[in-house]
Amino acid sequence: MINIAFNPNDLVTVLPELFLLGATCAILLIDLFLKQAQRNVTHVLSLLALAVTAWLVWSGAPVQATPAFNGMFVRDAVGTVLKLFILLTTALVYVYGRLYMRDRKLFVGELYLLLLFATLGMMLLVSAGSLVTVYLGLELLTLSSYALVALNRDSVMSSEAAIKYFVLGALASGLLLYGMSMLYGATGTLDLAKIHAAADFSANGAHRGLLAFGLVFLVVGIAFKLGAVPFHMWLPDVYQGAPTAITLFIGTASKLAAFGMAWRLLEVAMGGLHAQWTMMLAILAAVSLAVGNVVAIAQTNLKRMLAYSTISHVGFVLLGFVNATPAGYASAMFYMICYAIMTAVAFGVILLLARAGFEAEEIADFKGLNQRNPWYAGVMAIAMFSLAGVPPLFGFFAKLMVLKAVIDAGQMWLAIVAIVFAIVGLFYYLNVVKVMYFDEPAQKEAVALPADLGMRWALSLNGLALLALGIGWGPLLDWCNQALLASTQFAR
Amino acid sequence: MHLLSLLIWLPILGAIVVLAFGRNAATARWLTLGFTVATFLLSLPLWTGYDVTAANSMQFVESLPWIRMIQSNYALGADGISVALIVLTSFTTVLVIIGAWRPIEKRVSQYMAAMLALEGMLIGVFAATDALLFYVFFEAMLIPMFILIGVWGGPRRVYATLKFFIYTFLGSIFMLIGLIYLHLKTGEFSLAAFSQAQLGASEQTWLFFAFLAGFAIKVPMFPVHTWLPDAHVEAPTGGSVILAAIMLKVGGYGFIRFSLPITPDASQEFAWVVIAASLIAIIYIGYVALVQEDMKKLIAYSSVAHMGFVTLGIFIALALVRVNGNADAARLGIQGAMVQMISHGFVSGALFSCIGVMYDRLHTRLIRDYGGLAHVMPWFGTFMVLFAMANCGLPGTSGFVGEFMVIMASFQTSPEVALLAAFTLIISAAYTLWLVKRIVFGPVASEKVAKMQDLNMQEVIVLGAFAIAVLALGIYPKPLTDLMEPAVLQLVQQLGLAKV
Repeated sequence: MINIAFNPNDLVTVLPELFLLGATCAILLIDLFLKQAQRNVTHVLSLLALAVTAWLVWSGAPVQATPAFNGMFVRDAVGTVLKLFILLTTALVYVYGRLYMRDRKLFVGELYLLLLFATLGMMLLVSAGSLVTVYLGLELLTLSSYALVALNRDSVMSSEAAIKYFVLGALASGLLLYGMSMLYGATGTLDLAKIHAAADFSANGAHRGLLAFGLVFLVVGIAFKLGAVPFHMWLPDVYQGAPTAITLFIGTASKLAAFGMAWRLLEVAMGGLHAQWTMMLAILAAVSLAVGNVVAIAQTNLKRMLAYSTISHVGFVLLGFVNATPAGYASAMFYMICYAIMTAVAFGVILLLARAGFEAEEIADFKGLNQRNPWYAGVMAIAMFSLAGVPPLFGFFAKLMVLKAVIDAGQMWLAIVAIVFAIVGLFYYLNVVKVMYFDEPAQKEAVALPADLGMRWALSLNGLALLALGIGWGPLLDWCNQALLASTQFAR
Repeated sequence: MHLLSLLIWLPILGAIVVLAFGRNAATARWLTLGFTVATFLLSLPLWTGYDVTAANSMQFVESLPWIRMIQSNYALGADGISVALIVLTSFTTVLVIIGAWRPIEKRVSQYMAAMLALEGMLIGVFAATDALLFYVFFEAMLIPMFILIGVWGGPRRVYATLKFFIYTFLGSIFMLIGLIYLHLKTGEFSLAAFSQAQLGASEQTWLFFAFLAGFAIKVPMFPVHTWLPDAHVEAPTGGSVILAAIMLKVGGYGFIRFSLPITPDASQEFAWVVIAASLIAIIYIGYVALVQEDMKKLIAYSSVAHMGFVTLGIFIALALVRVNGNADAARLGIQGAMVQMISHGFVSGALFSCIGVMYDRLHTRLIRDYGGLAHVMPWFGTFMVLFAMANCGLPGTSGFVGEFMVIMASFQTSPEVALLAAFTLIISAAYTLWLVKRIVFGPVASEKVAKMQDLNMQEVIVLGAFAIAVLALGIYPKPLTDLMEPAVLQLVQQLGLAKV
């Protein structure tokens, strides 16, 4: 018998989400009455909504993890960390993408509203306490994302990408749902923590087969959302076809949310079966590293190259899971946050260089950038070296922590696979630096930069953050570590 | 006094200042010169202030917590070996900046900033006593070098610089796995803890080869030397000088700091691998140098051969301590390797500067395009002959001291090894003197050569400073060996203790 008594304190627990929902509805209404020329009001209001939500997440963060609505929703430290970075990267999408979208006549209210709804979905997803909430959050995120990818409806590429994304995404959601139904059948509960307690995979467990099948479907669903090989087919097309600002969103914020989902499902719900899923993830990780890095070399389109690079980074994140301890998850979360910050810089520079009628998305478009605009060439070079994992940049330390977790788990062969393909990956990142620094530009004059000072400052700071975090990455690591320790403890 | 921190961060700060205020090429040059001279002057107190009588050979120690969770510290310290290499770095960088005064005309501020950043990172490598910090500097210095070769290099610069970056990254990332393993074993990242870690035989073997992958490529040892000729040929003169004079030394330094103290037993067991590779480098690569038509390639191969002496000296010491129990000869071997590193820094730096002087005038590096420079550039000819003599190890020049010490040490455990190593005296004389004969002497080769101008002021300063260093070290090496003695003594004592 499910107790459905209403506890008013639950509303306080979900205050950030409630606020974001209210704000989104308000912006939806306000935007109706704005003329196109006044669209900046929506822009400012949306940023404001994200900022206030972030403040509510931060200031109201409970010392102890707090469940709400009978455990449907859990407000814990992992959720707090992920939500803050999700809100930050979504704000970056607005800041970096505004002029880009305006030049392409995509500067419409839907852009903001869909992103806000997607953000709400992500916040639910990373705080989910039950399978239903996971699915609810995931669908809110992905349905908004499909529409966002198709926002440029006159573009054949965009439409194709959106349809591909939708069909494959729906398939993945179906598989995930199927897995969830099996877990429910095996354990009789939707609550993640109770599933963990009830899942009995020992030799005399009653539902071993059902659990194993359910687990496989869960892993497939997660791999799909993260974009791990062999469930990565949608990713390059969506990255290339979507408007670049939306690619930035899919590459950063929604990857953070996917990490949250993976952690909730694999550790909180299925932690008891970690011996079973670590091997699956190890293979997915190794294959992702191999395919992502090798195929990226052949790309001439920068967005597509970054898509394959994402696949390889997902491989690294999955490596962190192989350890199946809070320290291992912390290294994976640290890596995902690092990846989101690095990718934001790379896409930010692409957005900065794009103008009306010109997409700076071919690698050749960056030829001789150093002579035309040394500062942003430097920012891009920092992002590339960081993605490649060259110290002293942030990306190296994220790799270091994941490698440490993998070796700690006794999987030396995975560490070797990871570094071998990191070297393969080095080549295509260096190629971008080579094009910017060593090649002669097609035209000599300085790049005409958009007049948006806010964006230029944000992008510069974002790039320098990769340097600064390369020196002072300790606090962020501690934060991730403490969050996972506390949340894992609570979930038990 | 945070002298080491100052030496690391002053050039890096200088790089930022030069990038920010160096729009005007002349401003960039003078600013850079100011920063490098200041760094050089600040590095002198390291030498004068180093207390050779102190019980602890690691001095100028600094330590700040960096990443608490993995017990990694911003820990710096210098013993005699580090001090010698740091002073070599700051000295060479000043000369490189002076040497680049006129030849570098495009994107001057970026060139100067890359050099300054490189200097700071190199000093960081030699000063770090925390393995993670060491690794960060060790890898980070690839970035400015990558840019230096790629932007200001020759026609095949892109190929050469990518090869250089990926090749060296490949080796060091295996070392990273070794460092993480040691960290998990000891819970720390400090080199002192690593060298005290009790490691079994198979653990040591794996770690030894992980370190070997990183350092052998850096040195570079035969057969992983193939990136070096390409990188040298395509790099601008300043890049070649830094590469040959300092960057290669990082490999030798790594063997002394990591391989020997952390994995002494495996090092002893596999010393024959390194010694064999060193002898092949000394003899076979010497022959390869003989047939080169490109001067830079010739000196690059000569570098590989000379660095063979460094690895030979380091690893012959193990056999001397462990098998013969001859600690004095072992000290001689390691001292010899160190002197050879410093000497090779001066000599190869000088020779690459000489080639740069010729290249700036005639824009070719092929030996056959030159001839009879003694007639048109007498001053240049004088310097060139001096450095050539040093390269073949003539007594009285620095090249002699290190090679002699290493051969002496080798002789006491294996006369055969000493005999093979001594071949270098013939082979290096053959390729170096033949090079000089074809370039400096003989009839003037062409009209273009006849019009070549003798050295200008900057070039005289650079070559003159190198010449003084080569002669001073050749005639009176005692200050250098005294400086390094405590560190070498400690290392040899450590080698005597088996871990298994």
